[in-house]
Amino acid sequence: MAHAHATTASDQNVWNGGVAPLGASYGKLMMWFFLLSDAFTFSGLLITYGLVRSSHPAFTGLADAFTFSHDYWPIPEKVFEAVPFLHGVSLPLVFVGIMTFILIMSSVTMVLAVEAGHRMDQKAVEKWMLWTILGGLTFLGCQAWEWTHFIVGTDVATKVTDFVFVNGELTKVTKDVYGANLHINQYGPQDFADFFFFITGFHGFHVFSGVLLNFLIYYNTVTGVYNRRGHYEMVEKVGLYWHFVDLVWVFVFTFFYLV
Amino acid sequence: MAHHSHEPEVVVLPPDKEKIKKLWTVAAILGAITAVEFIVAFTVPTGFFKTSVFVIMTIVKAGYIVGEFMHLKYEAKVLFWSVLIPIVFIVWMLIAFLYEGFQLSDVNFI
Repeated sequence: MAHAHATTASDQNVWNGGVAPLGASYGKLMMWFFLLSDAFTFSGLLITYGLVRSSHPAFTGLADAFTFSHDYWPIPEKVFEAVPFLHGVSLPLVFVGIMTFILIMSSVTMVLAVEAGHRMDQKAVEKWMLWTILGGLTFLGCQAWEWTHFIVGTDVATKVTDFVFVNGELTKVTKDVYGANLHINQYGPQDFADFFFFITGFHGFHVFSGVLLNFLIYYNTVTGVYNRRGHYEMVEKVGLYWHFVDLVWVFVFTFFYLV
Repeated sequence: MAHHSHEPEVVVLPPDKEKIKKLWTVAAILGAITAVEFIVAFTVPTGFFKTSVFVIMTIVKAGYIVGEFMHLKYEAKVLFWSVLIPIVFIVWMLIAFLYEGFQLSDVNFI
């Protein structure tokens, strides 16, 4: 059993008892356990997606012959193939790939901010935090575009059969559907759209709160709060959160878009 | 509101070149794996093999992010395992739910 002392830069014990359990400060430890619980939440969402998807029939034909239908689960690369400013060009998963690179890059700039914090280099922390915030905002912008495109739909409508009440009688109707929302979906079974909004929305909300936290850290760095405190551990703790957001995206990218 | 007399003397250390180089290496690895995933998505036929490749690559990426970026590899072993061991619940949930999903598929569509 390690009895490590977690100390700050000014060599003060972080935990009042003098000994830090697990060799980490209180805040860092709690951040780890929060992230673990958050990992359970995201796993719940992604695994339920797996359950619902595997309970639907898969499209069995050739990918080229794929059309949108409520009878089978869609192939993601056929749904997500649009890129801004390139209307009508089929570029499967390109935009999501770009978003993935943006998030990985902002993870690197975050870890560079943490490194600068260890060296008490205020200017470098400011620089890297700004890049991280920029990366986060860019990602959010991309997601807003992705959502808009998903909601508005493609140029060609999908014929969807639905049951509606006409004069008090349940009647089968066929209608043209563009795009998707929580009660109609042109791309496939309704669950597909619902999971899209839920999973990417919940992740996007994490990115949004991450950007807010990053801004707070940036503000405190600029005003010299951490210099006066004698350490930049807050950068490290929020950094953990930010990397976690990137980690979740890695899983969303694989299990929602690729598989 | 600046109380310059109260500002502490801060010693700024020079950048740790080796550490920074290592971080960029990890970033390059993450980028490269994503690029390979991209290629696999369009060249390998859909099936168990393709899904397994994706899962393995995702776990490798997750390992780099948690181990290097989040620094977990270098924390106390007790902390490392306290975070890692609870993941078995997720693995169990995954197995149970996918099994259930395929059963539901049989009931609903066959």
